[in-house]
Amino acid sequence: MTSNHEFFIDPSRCIGCQACVQACGECETHRGVPMIHLDYVERAAGVQTAPVVCMHCEDPTCARVCPADAIKQDDRGVVLSAARPRCIACSNCVLACPFGVPKMQVRYDLMMKCDLCYDRTSAGRKPMCAAVCPSGALFFGPREDIEKSRREKPVNEFQFGRQRVRTKVNIMTAPDNDVLSIDIADFLPRETPDMHPRPGARPGAPDAADAAIWNEWNSGPAELATAPE
Amino acid sequence: MATLTLSEDRYIELFGPTPTYAPAGGWDDRKPDRLVKTHCCFCGVQCGIQLKVKDNKVIGFEPWEEFPVNQGKLCPKGVKRYLQNGHPDRLLSPLVRTQTGFRHAGWDEALEKTAEAIGAIQSKHGKDAFAFLGGASMTNEKAYLNGEFARVALGTANIDYNGRLCMVSAGAANRMAFGVDRAANPWSDIPLAETLILAGTNIAECFPILTDYVWRARDNGAKIIVIDPRITPIARTADLFLPVRPGGDSALANGILHVLIERGWIDQIFIGQHTHDFDRVCDLVRKYNPAAAERITGVPARSIIKAAEIWGPAGTSMLLHARGIEHHTRGVENVLSYINLVLATGRLGKPGCGYGTITGQGNGQGGREHGQRCNQLPGGRDINNPDHRRFIADFWGVPETELPKQGLSACEMFDAIERGEIRGLMSISFNPLVSIPDANRTRAALEKLEFFCAIDFFLSETARYADVVLAGSLQEEDEGTVTTGEGRCVRLRNSVSPPGNARLDWRIICDLARRLGKGDCFGHTCAEEIFDELTAASKGGPIDYSGMTYARIEQNLGLFWPCPAPEHPGTPRLFADGRFHHSDGKARFHAFDYRPPAEDVDEDYPIFFTTGRVVSQYLSGTQTRRIGSLVDQYPEPLCEMHPLLANKLGIQDRDLVKVSTRRGEITVPAQIVKSIRPDVVFVPYHWPGKRAANQLTHRALDPISKIPEFKVCACRVEKVADATKKQNKQWQPKAFSAR
Repeated sequence: MTSNHEFFIDPSRCIGCQACVQACGECETHRGVPMIHLDYVERAAGVQTAPVVCMHCEDPTCARVCPADAIKQDDRGVVLSAARPRCIACSNCVLACPFGVPKMQVRYDLMMKCDLCYDRTSAGRKPMCAAVCPSGALFFGPREDIEKSRREKPVNEFQFGRQRVRTKVNIMTAPDNDVLSIDIADFLPRETPDMHPRPGARPGAPDAADAAIWNEWNSGPAELATAPE
Repeated sequence: MATLTLSEDRYIELFGPTPTYAPAGGWDDRKPDRLVKTHCCFCGVQCGIQLKVKDNKVIGFEPWEEFPVNQGKLCPKGVKRYLQNGHPDRLLSPLVRTQTGFRHAGWDEALEKTAEAIGAIQSKHGKDAFAFLGGASMTNEKAYLNGEFARVALGTANIDYNGRLCMVSAGAANRMAFGVDRAANPWSDIPLAETLILAGTNIAECFPILTDYVWRARDNGAKIIVIDPRITPIARTADLFLPVRPGGDSALANGILHVLIERGWIDQIFIGQHTHDFDRVCDLVRKYNPAAAERITGVPARSIIKAAEIWGPAGTSMLLHARGIEHHTRGVENVLSYINLVLATGRLGKPGCGYGTITGQGNGQGGREHGQRCNQLPGGRDINNPDHRRFIADFWGVPETELPKQGLSACEMFDAIERGEIRGLMSISFNPLVSIPDANRTRAALEKLEFFCAIDFFLSETARYADVVLAGSLQEEDEGTVTTGEGRCVRLRNSVSPPGNARLDWRIICDLARRLGKGDCFGHTCAEEIFDELTAASKGGPIDYSGMTYARIEQNLGLFWPCPAPEHPGTPRLFADGRFHHSDGKARFHAFDYRPPAEDVDEDYPIFFTTGRVVSQYLSGTQTRRIGSLVDQYPEPLCEMHPLLANKLGIQDRDLVKVSTRRGEITVPAQIVKSIRPDVVFVPYHWPGKRAANQLTHRALDPISKIPEFKVCACRVEKVADATKKQNKQWQPKAFSAR
């Protein structure tokens, strides 16, 4: 049974493989249409990706702004996709959601979004995305289990300006990592030995997230192969 | 002479790849008749999966959470693998080549034609003029049968398999160091390790399920060291990232060992009791001080020291590697140099202590164990060892003198076709036109063949050159076993029967053997019979399966070899008793000085070229380029390059660039990312024809393992002057959109 199961997202574990996207479409009621979002934060800068399911807010903004009262919440707190007979495809919810989750499916004139695999979770099965996620970035299970096994801690309260939002879905907060280097240049040898590690840098990882060292070098790849004598 | 008779477009129209998006029977009624617990058809992790079956078609999947290795988890390929079933491109009957493409043929005609051609070539040019190529995506049963078929029915020495392109450097190195070719530990040891070295293994994209094992180790406090020329997703949050210059691996390992010895972080007792030749390594690495190692590897000296500081004092540790260090002309040397780190610290054979190569292909492990390699007989026996030869000759009931000697390896076979020594070829589940280096030469070799028979379920780009195509079976259409990357032999279940007139692969092999007059050795009536023969043949060999049966494997959700007796529980962790598999029970150190790659960068070709995989495609793409949503995820090869290089060359993101080597060129969009070394460009290899990265790679082989140097050669990159971005439309937001 999954009655004590909750949904947890840990972007630090995400590898961007899209298994969740591919599996989302496989939930019987989704009929090939994935509702989960997975994007690179900035591919040019690095490989960090972030999966986003519907956060299933306690007091869903999408439902509050819906003029047609098309967005319903069930007694477990699951916020459903817009009801087809009611949705007028106005996109109010798309604009209002603080997490950017609902999407207007123009083909169907209908807002569709993650419904926590309603047909699965209501029958005691895991949602597709969390069932398959190979890296554990998406986890559906008892809170004790995740608190016991992981270093990060779950949060489900978010502050957006003056709006505080409590959600059914939890985000795992990263361990104390102040600076995350993304440029491979930071890991390569450099010529200026007195450059001090940047405060907060992870041990052993880049100590100078600063492309300036490359400008100093002004060296292209051919030279790079032999330069650091 | 087998030149193509149709246009590229026409082949695609007739045989695909056709990207499909919806399950056979559509989305409407997907209530299955039954769920079949089996395994994914792709990588060496072999995730458990339940296939939904309806009306003899696989129409979907359900996670199989009870299977311990992946507990329901899957990668995107596993999620969509079911779409290969009921696919419009599926070959439904044998095909025979005509002046205008192919025509359908009956089995009698196709098999007779094949048998005649084999006879004609062999009687004129000798037995070895007809070669056989197998695949490591096939079951243990088929791998065994391929070996027996080639040696007994064809009588040719020239049988090899596409694992030759995969992990043979690791296999050879493992045998040299430990006397056995298998990952030393089950994956379940990974989370128990205090430190991990991941060398040249893009775990997140090639074996995504293992990511969770690595993250669990991290949760337990493990330090993670990643060695790669690219910041792959597993490297993103590593504690230490070592951006090795392509080809620099052995020098890096020597550099780390130098520091370990200097600081006294070695296990003298273990070394003394359980190993040989540490002195030689000690002498060698003396000169690999961190500064010297930095010069060769392009890794900062302080990072090399840091690696030793993490690895040295750890209580437990695992070292895992994959093709990144193996796909080199020094592949075996690279692997052995890393193994030295494991042996020197004596951390093997205990919980959380060990070592392993991560096999890339579905049966990368089992496919290299049962005799479809040019130098091997069943049970991991050596074809050059007189005792081993006699055992197998007796087992098969043939005179030892008639058992062929060692033949050519996969890439060497194509060289032999060029030289006119090999005239005919039979291949199964192998697409060398995409997967073998120097594709333009591969194409010329295929055109030169007098006869080519391909057994496959889809018409691969290589099979277009065939004279006869025999419609074989998909993984889900047969019973059998595969042995996963951790050495666990698992059961594949038949979910559906082959459609149309397609036949099970092993039946095709047996049918053909009968026509070649060797039916008495190939009278198998089911896959289990072949398995029982295979396990009996392995008895007493280096790779012993003799205690395994289908029933035991099913009951235990897999059994690890060696499993030498019916009551033996299997061996998940090797060397637990401190004994290695060499006859004296001791492991061997090997000392290798760094040697540069076969083709280093120079003035004309100043940039390193390297290849690899993306998460949504598998190997040559024969299966995954037919699955629409996987195609959309990464539709075309891109050339990854660092902005420093791009700026120098005046290239912007998504500009078309021409990458050329001494062998060929490819024009692809640039992807400008800070996650790759500025002296390297990367192009994934899953595509054929003009998009084939293997037009650029070269056939320089490791002298021991005969693996080609896919991971490093020298190239030139230039912007295509008049290219417009319109040509790259596929890369606009279409990906992941609803369909």
